[in-house]
Amino acid sequence: MARIVIDPVTRIEGHLRIEAEVTGNRVTDAWSSGTMFRGIELVLRGRDPREAWIWAQRICGVCTTVHALASVRAVEDALGVAIPENARIVRDIIGGTQNVQDHIIHFYHLHALDWVDVMSALKADPAKTSQLAESISEWPKSSAMYFKGVQDRVKTLVASRQMSLFGGGDWGHPAYKLPPEANLMAVAHYIEALDVQREFIRIQAVLGGKNPHPQTYLVGGMATTMDGGEADATINPERITLLNQIVANAQTFVRQVYLPDVMAIASFYPEWFGYGAGVGNYMTYGDYAGERTNNGGGFSFPRGIVMGRDLTRVLPLDPGNVTESVTRSWYEYAGVGQGSSQSAKHPAEGVTNPKYSGPKPPYEFLTTEEKYSWIKSPRYDGKVMEVGPLARTLVAYASGDAHVKQLVDSTLQQLKQPASALFSTLGRVAGRALEAEIVVSRLSDWVAQLDQNMANGDVRLHNGDKWNPESWPKSAQGFGFHEAPRGSLGHWVEIEDRKIVNYQVVAPSTWNAGPRDEQGQRGPYEAALVETPVIDPERPLEVMRTVHSFDPCLACAVHVVGAKGRVYGQTPVTV
Amino acid sequence: MMKALLSVPLSSAENALPDDDSVLGLCVSRGISRRRFMEFCVGVTATLALPAAYAQTVAKALSEKRKPTLVWLEFQDCAGNTESMLRTSHPTVEDLVLEAFSWEYHETIMAAYGKAAGSALERVVREEKGKYIVVVEGAIPTADDGVYCTIGGRTALDIAHEVCGGAAEIIAVGACAWDGGLVRSGPNPTGAMGLQGAVSGLRVVNLPGCPHNSANLAAVLVHYLTFGVMPSLDGLNRPLFAYGDLIHDQCERRAHYDAGRFVEQWDDEGARKGWCLYKMGCKGPEANFNCPTVQWNGGTSWPVKAGHGCIGCASPRFWDTKSPFYERLPHAAGFGVDVKASEIGWVAIGGVAAATAVHGIVSIVRDRKQADAPDSAIEKVREQ
Repeated sequence: MARIVIDPVTRIEGHLRIEAEVTGNRVTDAWSSGTMFRGIELVLRGRDPREAWIWAQRICGVCTTVHALASVRAVEDALGVAIPENARIVRDIIGGTQNVQDHIIHFYHLHALDWVDVMSALKADPAKTSQLAESISEWPKSSAMYFKGVQDRVKTLVASRQMSLFGGGDWGHPAYKLPPEANLMAVAHYIEALDVQREFIRIQAVLGGKNPHPQTYLVGGMATTMDGGEADATINPERITLLNQIVANAQTFVRQVYLPDVMAIASFYPEWFGYGAGVGNYMTYGDYAGERTNNGGGFSFPRGIVMGRDLTRVLPLDPGNVTESVTRSWYEYAGVGQGSSQSAKHPAEGVTNPKYSGPKPPYEFLTTEEKYSWIKSPRYDGKVMEVGPLARTLVAYASGDAHVKQLVDSTLQQLKQPASALFSTLGRVAGRALEAEIVVSRLSDWVAQLDQNMANGDVRLHNGDKWNPESWPKSAQGFGFHEAPRGSLGHWVEIEDRKIVNYQVVAPSTWNAGPRDEQGQRGPYEAALVETPVIDPERPLEVMRTVHSFDPCLACAVHVVGAKGRVYGQTPVTV
Repeated sequence: MMKALLSVPLSSAENALPDDDSVLGLCVSRGISRRRFMEFCVGVTATLALPAAYAQTVAKALSEKRKPTLVWLEFQDCAGNTESMLRTSHPTVEDLVLEAFSWEYHETIMAAYGKAAGSALERVVREEKGKYIVVVEGAIPTADDGVYCTIGGRTALDIAHEVCGGAAEIIAVGACAWDGGLVRSGPNPTGAMGLQGAVSGLRVVNLPGCPHNSANLAAVLVHYLTFGVMPSLDGLNRPLFAYGDLIHDQCERRAHYDAGRFVEQWDDEGARKGWCLYKMGCKGPEANFNCPTVQWNGGTSWPVKAGHGCIGCASPRFWDTKSPFYERLPHAAGFGVDVKASEIGWVAIGGVAAATAVHGIVSIVRDRKQADAPDSAIEKVREQ
């Protein structure tokens, strides 16, 4: 038995540490720890709720904008503000762009090197690489000369002994299975995807001034303006043309490069449809194109839960059943009278204080039998839940969504895998790619709707009825959510006398990366790692595959909330 | 003089590339095609506003046998500055991380993980003492012996001391690495500080902003690559070319301000016509940054252009000094104060490259000048 430590887990956002027991080339147990804490929600206390989104957006710069969206929705829910349809569409375009962008970056720049051996690409025959590329896609950059050029760049790096970002990889590891030609093709697409992500995210700059951290939301709608006849309006016919162009280019890349690459790589690793399943419960709040943000209905991505890998039914979801446990996290619930026990609490009641009790740095191992993470453990009705693109895909699939069903079934058929193969490490990778395809095609619909509304003279983007704080009730509470690229995101806000008095976030990676709870149930990463094969405990590449398949985002995951010494007696959230 | 420079079309720089086959030959042998090589040199000279002949200097810098080593540290961060870096277009991220520098440690994007990642950083510190560049992103927690951020079991503070202590140059990207940013604001439960606050005695080039604009980082890196030194700085150690001027003085909506045309409420007619956002809380009149000229995401836009006021994200302790963000500034700059009509003219004619060019050349020839924010403003915040 060997204890392995991976710290830092790289190619993720933030600071994640994995400790695992390996016995007989299998992981027998695992612990996931977030090793950085900031305390952003504490900073929000006393602020104007209208600017909460500007602060909350900084929770994460990778999944930038998702916290801004959840935050304005929470405040709008608290104040009872309905937003104009155009504002809803612009938010969907910004959110959808984030989704596709994150998925492309995740696959190529954060995850691919777990499957792709860069050094092996040097042995590839560029002509055969060209044949391979042309056999799976119409993507024009596929000539032998093109792949030769890419190979020369890699050769130069290797010869210089300055491998830059590619230094220190597990090159030559026996777990790599792609032939040299597939490796060379993937390296070429890694480099191309750097251009794609830069161009595609310009959508957020057009609509929000910049990325990361676009600056355009308002409680009540968007600061974005729209006018068919004004050159200086944010959205006008010229900008619609630009948006359409950028979306079309991204759609081509997703269809001709991203999806074919996922299929090609997956076909060389069929056994990875059998590893990494984990907890098997999948949850999503639902999102996009809802008639009203908080009624839980009418979404493109339906709300619901798939329990115990049972795709025959979808259970309803009530955000009031979300709790957080700190039994194994470096916090304590403040002793503030009734209801202050150390058991799990609803996020709106979570009054937590950071209290580090781990080993004194520098340390070799965490005390995993006690508290071992800055991440809390969210549970739904006491159950561990996996969230993310796979969860959304499964809930939509089990709900009978025709588009999703057709896409998933044809993908499974192509891979010669049963539906149960989706509960796996590669299932997450495939679910993410399929979702990129779905969202990128909806993006063009949303831009078209905006164009249509503009043509019809409907240019409203903001509802100013509640902009003046004097119009607000003395106290108000709200819940805002978003299905972010990495999964279900919830913000809870409590407002009193026009100021924020409590703010709580439960982010996708809080769900997925959290530690054990008071019942000893492992978090999703931990559960998914058990039974993962490890050929070489010194180079646990396989562990990285499964952890990366969740697309970890640790800045999002780590949260503390609540005002010290306050009691939140009533259940504040009605959804 | 500068106008004369700008009148040279950028594409003509290509003709000024060196005939020296050995330089180009070496680049080609490194896998850089002639076309890519030219694009790179032209892009670089444009970013820094150098006369076309400087392409040769850039080419020579590129053809040095060893690329300078760069390590990028992330502490209490959101990775927004890493993401911003990934969006750089002149030069592109692949130019920076694969060709111009040996980018040997950067947790968000490096291939190595765990022990191999730690060894890569250790090797740089041990073998390249005094020669490497460090970029720092995120604040550094100093309370409770630094337990609020550990990497590989070591505290951020410990790592920052060691790695920055042996560096040739240090660049702090984003508000958090500069002065603690959002992490330090409010009750600051982790004792977070910016790099210079957490580790004393360091010479740091600060690129604040939330996030920093990668056009500026690229310009700083290329300046270093070409001349071996950092560009001129202001009193807060921010490069003058990027932080020397008020947003308000460079703003495309400035004429509306001068004419008294303001957005009175969100989504009104003035908003659709692109009028001034001063009454909606815009902090442009008291914030320095080059957003209006370089803009963001390859010159696509910037917040005011997209319809929202500036939040002053490159100003000292901006979370504490610029919020409430929707409240109108009490003292706006007077009409015509410090307007540089010439700059506005260039923005109008030119596009991003030309505008950046102006600022770039200025940074090289201009002496240090007074920073925008008096230290007393910072002190006032500290006292709170």
